Amino acid sequence: MTTLGDLAHARAGDKGDTSILVVAPYEPDDYARVDDALRAERVAAHFGVDPGNVTIHPVPRLGAFTVVVRDRLDGGVTRSRAADPHGKTLSGHLLDLVVEG
Amino acid sequence: MSTYRIGAGSGFAGDRFEPAEILAARGDLDALVFECLAERTIGLAQQRAATAAGAGFDRLFLDRLAGALPHLSSRTRVLTNAGAADPIGLARSVVDLLAAHPRGAGRRVAAIVGDDVAAQLPADARITGTDLTIADLGDRLVSANAYIGAGAAMRALENGADVVITGRMGDAALFAAPIAVHHGWDDSAPDDMAAPTLVGHLLECAGQLTGGYFADGGRKVVPGLATLGFPFADVASDGVAEFGKVEGTGGLISRATVLEQLLYEIDDPARYKTPDATLDLGDVRIDEVGADRVRVSAASANGRPEQLKVSVGVRDGYLAIGSIAYAGRGARERAELALRIVRERWDVVHGRDPLEVRADLQGYNSLRPWHVPVGDPAEVRARLSLRTFDRSVAALLHREVEALYTNGPAGGGGADLSLKETVGIVSTFIDRDRVAPRVEMVS
Repeated sequence: MTTLGDLAHARAGDKGDTSILVVAPYEPDDYARVDDALRAERVAAHFGVDPGNVTIHPVPRLGAFTVVVRDRLDGGVTRSRAADPHGKTLSGHLLDLVVEG
Repeated sequence: MSTYRIGAGSGFAGDRFEPAEILAARGDLDALVFECLAERTIGLAQQRAATAAGAGFDRLFLDRLAGALPHLSSRTRVLTNAGAADPIGLARSVVDLLAAHPRGAGRRVAAIVGDDVAAQLPADARITGTDLTIADLGDRLVSANAYIGAGAAMRALENGADVVITGRMGDAALFAAPIAVHHGWDDSAPDDMAAPTLVGHLLECAGQLTGGYFADGGRKVVPGLATLGFPFADVASDGVAEFGKVEGTGGLISRATVLEQLLYEIDDPARYKTPDATLDLGDVRIDEVGADRVRVSAASANGRPEQLKVSVGVRDGYLAIGSIAYAGRGARERAELALRIVRERWDVVHGRDPLEVRADLQGYNSLRPWHVPVGDPAEVRARLSLRTFDRSVAALLHREVEALYTNGPAGGGGADLSLKETVGIVSTFIDRDRVAPRVEMVS
């Protein structure tokens, strides 16, 4: 089974109650495959949020994507009760996403 | 015009000290910038200043500067946003520090004020993402600071300041200011400000550009993280910048480390809004040009926002956390039982809503509670947390967790309790012309 982490690296940041993740394939040739894996509905299911809370911005010239996940940080870094209020650990979670084919 | 070299001395208020000392000693820098102000820090500083519980600026910065000063060339300008809620207060302390040191003599210090817009903010300004206005916050409002651009810091440098202390200036603007002054770029022209703002955006998290926050598994190997070197940029007069670090320091700069930092925390890469320019990051070029040497070019702006973002600090009560750990056979089941016990008592004994207490299994899925892992952990920590304005409710949670020692599941140990007073941050916007940053020469 291939997961996103086999093909790409990621970094998580946050703005308020929104997690923003950069995803970049190691090899330019894998761009289309990563693009296929990063469907808003699939990513939303992986993060346990409503599909309306996920936006994906492809940045083809840089060979990267940003994945925006809203309402997953229990209010954001200043008030979250969560063990990781920044959501920094969510990059590791995203890299667990299963890539089909 | 010659190439301008600018270094990043810190990426946040708690950052390491010695990378800046190494940059000061061996980096041959024109400017050294200390980013010390996270989104929430200024609200906390305002609160400290208001309650006379401490300084409204980052006191640790004085130790940071004292460490770098013996190594600092007289040509190197220093900029920091560690002024937080009180840039003039920090500037005065810096003047005293410089006066006491041979390397400090003759350096002129300026403070930038005017980012505090609590008095200018219209009561009906809408809080982003809500139906609330500023007026609705009432006495919970503790601070309102606009993200100001590079202009005021540029005026300070043009007036001969060697050290510039700001509050809530945009992080990238803090770096953009000295670069733009050197190359004669106009802070009111977004096209001029695109390149220095992009350089600032990449440098602002310091070690995150040189391999910090990057190492992962066998494919993302970073040498020497214990002696991570912080980055500098050589910015040419055409705006092209080459990023490097001092030879012999740990870490690495590669296309991948730069790419991660470029898009980090950016919602829409085509429209990254900063006070000085709305950047289009999608067309930026990143090229490795040598060992630990990366060239970044093609910065472009699409105007700049008509309004400035305002960070609003809101008194938010207390965050209480209590946890207790379990190990070995059945650890997860026992920890789950502990969580259930506290929530049940919250309801039936204390008559409160059990859902106000967040319940997590650390070591199992506390970082992603929606996820069901395969297999059981060898050890796990039952963690309970809540937000409240009532300090006695926070104390109640602590008592309930501690009582699990003798009234809960078998083998619970290491109970750990914490209480933090919290300032939440929300955002609003203010018209650019309502904000008037100005320079105060302090020495």
